Amino acid sequence: MKAVLPILAFAVLMGLAPLMVASNVVLNFLVFTLIIALAAQGWNLLGGYGGQYSFGHAAFFGTGAYVTAILQVRYGMNAYPAFTAGIGFAALVGLVIGFLAFRSGLRGSYFALVTLAFAEVFRVLANAAEMTGGAAGILIRLQANPANFQFAERGTFLWVALALVTLALLATLALERSRLGAQLVAVRENEAAAQALGVDVLAVKLRAITLSAAMTGAAGGLYAQYFLYLDANIAYGTWISVEALLAPIVGGAGTVFGPVLGAVILHGLGEATKSLAGSIPGIDLVIFGIVLILVVRFPPRDLPGLLRLRRRA
Amino acid sequence: MAKFEVARRSLVLGAAGVLAAPALPRAQAPAVKLGILQPVTGALSQDGEYGRLGAELAINEINAGGGIRALGGARIEMVFGDARSNPEGGVSEVEKMQAEGVVAIVGGFASPICLAASQAASRYDLPYVVDVGVSDQIVSRGLANTFRFGPGFGVVTNAALDNLVALNDAAGKPSRTVVIVHEDGLFGSGMARLLNAELPKRGFEVLETIAHPTPARDMNNVALRIRSLRPDLVIPSSYYAEFVLLARTMQQQRIRPKGIYCVLNGAASNYRFVREFPDAANLVMDCNHWPDPRKPKTAELRRQVEAQNRFWLYNTPMNYSAVMLVADALERAGRADRAALIQALAATDGAFTKHIMPYGPTRFVNGQNQAGAPVNTQVQNNDIKVIFPRDFADAQPVYPVTG
Amino acid sequence: MGFPPEIILEAVLNGLLTGAVYGLVALGLTLVYGVLHIINFAHGALLTAAMYGAYVARTALGIDPYVAALPLAALFFLLGYAVQRLVIGPASRGKDENILLVTLGLSIIIENLMLAVFRSDTRSIDAPYAMDVVEFGPALLGYPRVVGFGATILVGIALYLLMTRTATGKAIRAVAKERTGAALVGIDVAHIYAVTFGIGTACLAIAAALLLPSFYVSPRVGNAFVLVAFTIVVLGGMGSVVGALLGGLIIGVVESLSGLYLGESLGQIGIFLIFILVLLVRPTGLFGARA
Repeated sequence: MKAVLPILAFAVLMGLAPLMVASNVVLNFLVFTLIIALAAQGWNLLGGYGGQYSFGHAAFFGTGAYVTAILQVRYGMNAYPAFTAGIGFAALVGLVIGFLAFRSGLRGSYFALVTLAFAEVFRVLANAAEMTGGAAGILIRLQANPANFQFAERGTFLWVALALVTLALLATLALERSRLGAQLVAVRENEAAAQALGVDVLAVKLRAITLSAAMTGAAGGLYAQYFLYLDANIAYGTWISVEALLAPIVGGAGTVFGPVLGAVILHGLGEATKSLAGSIPGIDLVIFGIVLILVVRFPPRDLPGLLRLRRRA
Repeated sequence: MAKFEVARRSLVLGAAGVLAAPALPRAQAPAVKLGILQPVTGALSQDGEYGRLGAELAINEINAGGGIRALGGARIEMVFGDARSNPEGGVSEVEKMQAEGVVAIVGGFASPICLAASQAASRYDLPYVVDVGVSDQIVSRGLANTFRFGPGFGVVTNAALDNLVALNDAAGKPSRTVVIVHEDGLFGSGMARLLNAELPKRGFEVLETIAHPTPARDMNNVALRIRSLRPDLVIPSSYYAEFVLLARTMQQQRIRPKGIYCVLNGAASNYRFVREFPDAANLVMDCNHWPDPRKPKTAELRRQVEAQNRFWLYNTPMNYSAVMLVADALERAGRADRAALIQALAATDGAFTKHIMPYGPTRFVNGQNQAGAPVNTQVQNNDIKVIFPRDFADAQPVYPVTG
Repeated sequence: MGFPPEIILEAVLNGLLTGAVYGLVALGLTLVYGVLHIINFAHGALLTAAMYGAYVARTALGIDPYVAALPLAALFFLLGYAVQRLVIGPASRGKDENILLVTLGLSIIIENLMLAVFRSDTRSIDAPYAMDVVEFGPALLGYPRVVGFGATILVGIALYLLMTRTATGKAIRAVAKERTGAALVGIDVAHIYAVTFGIGTACLAIAAALLLPSFYVSPRVGNAFVLVAFTIVVLGGMGSVVGALLGGLIIGVVESLSGLYLGESLGQIGIFLIFILVLLVRPTGLFGARA
């Protein structure tokens, strides 16, 4: 129960934001950061706990997003079941990619690159297919009504995103303490030893990638509902694969709060450096890059206060 | 609080000034904040930079000319936002501009950015004027705040088609066979689909349609296929770098069709291309956004741009014109109020003449300027000339290309 | 879908010429991977930087890219050496995931520094020989591409000799195989890491000089080659010099033919499908020794 407290505290604090902060600049920033945090939390299950670094989580994000959008736009489905189906399809894609990759024994960089290749195949196909709207993209009709999973207030959307992130945090905590979680960590630390101890490595990895894909797919569905527009480069672009892996690595891979922490650090940093931007484009991103390297050199997780929160979480 | 008082006082002063004597202190009129949204970092940074340049020049000109007269000579203050070449970046900048209290936003460039940013602005009934973004979805969503001065995709492709037929007919129908080369994004793919449906109806035969990705690393195979098919016409629709590669490869492979007729091409209407590769660029035609060559202002603006060592691209005049449109609407609205501005924008008519685009009298229907249209240009003697429609042309087409 | 044989022949030739440069870009990547076991995200940005280097040499100093290739390679060797020794090494503290972040940070810095310095314009040079062609049967092969092909083969041979015949090469291979052991016999591992990174970066400089006459440079141009270079590295077997070159040629031909049959756009899938298939069937790559 004690471990749940930080999560609840986080949910309550973040949940107060719309009540305390009137600025939509901040709320919009928080919503987008939460969407990234959710995608990153998905990556964390597989990459952080399982040690299987994927460079292609865009495949799951994009599937979640596209299915959510397509079912509404082309089949007139309500947004909520469409969103749920998006998560389901993303999980399925995760299972299939996982089956192909893990059955062949792909690990490390090979696994990373094969996931990247899958994501690229999806991107090229989505850009050419009729179903996805092709290169013109797909637009969800703007009807700000809670019944359509669209909200007039950014604050309301923040609560929805926060609820999903909180669920993801709780799920991660549950996983950490479950048999599956222990097996996953065992696989990460030493696959051969885990196998010798009787862990069904393939099954463990498959479960992890399916859960991971579902979570990142949910982030994709949220993205679709928040921005109401998708094209192949948004949904399956490498940007989200990078975001999803960057946040947990910065915040602490294989920890409950790592992805959220990392997403907040990275995006906060991005905003902070952007405000420094002069009239010459690019300088702010140069500063961002330098600070990113400094963050790696002097990780914030070494800061004592954060350390306790993270380790006990 | 203090800020509000200043604002209210100068508003009174300003109004008094208009009533009493125009020479009253203009400097005291509060500045009107105008959001300029462009992607100046990331994949679209080139377009974004040239778009920003156009907006800046327009704002400088307005301010130098005494600001917005109806608002007591209020200056326009640019609130610039970098959309980072993605929709999220666009939305986050819209939020910042809203917090800054801008009266309208101009820009976006790419359709995905325009779609997301105009929608975010619609939450605040904040007027949004699209500079380029050609997706027809932009003005079909029923958003009252969103306006597009330039033409949409459907208008551009139809004009491209009509003008092509007219051009070919006038020259005695030298061309019959066509190869289409297009980038696989929004512009290129949609254009290719439409041309494939329409060209056969108008007596052309499409031999092949070749899609290529952006960025493309090589154009030799595209050139190879064009060479083996020997089409009369090649119709490319690509971004700058890809078309330059294609044109140079075609030159190298000695492929000389009767015409290269581009649609919404990133290079054929770009002076960098003309300057750097005059041989490859010579006589290439393009159906694209382009300023009106007969307006004196066009040449003046071009001189200003070139004085800064920049090239003359369509993004600059389009953003210049879009800012002028907002300024014109502000004059007519008579107050820096969003609802009034939206009304004024929607009511824009032929009396708005400060833009430099080759459009007829402005008339907005559902946010789309009905007069917005592309023109046909051709590279002639190291210059880019308008060859079609005749109303705006400053040169005769050279077609078919011989030799 | 019957194409006449001369078209297919020409497409294959095109693929080989393009693939050679891919191989050169992949060469640097595979070397760094083979020794440091890192995936270098900054590879594309370093290629971009090198292309701007060649561009400046030509436009500001009037030096032809082919002449500038070797001095640029030397310069970029030093740059690569310094980057590994002073930035990547210390900042990552030996952790793979940190290297990922650091190289990503480097790529953001380099890309945007180029944007800030050179602005966003797409630039090209007009070399006097850019439009020359070499006639090969019915095919007209662009002179810069033929030069690129030849130079790539030369670089490949030079690198192969370096790796097999020199003390540095032996040290590099020793570190690649067993870094602790290498350290025990007195090899300065940090130095060898930096040398390897330097050689990889030098390869990029040569690739940049070869590409520029027929290509263009913009702040993000390197990205166009990175993904394909990754596939080549895996296809050829990570760390294999010969594999990278042959892998480059194979990918070039596959891309060319799938472009011919599926269209340039959808043809991109050809590369990735082959890549996925190779990985699933033979994860060590076509020429890799073992995992």
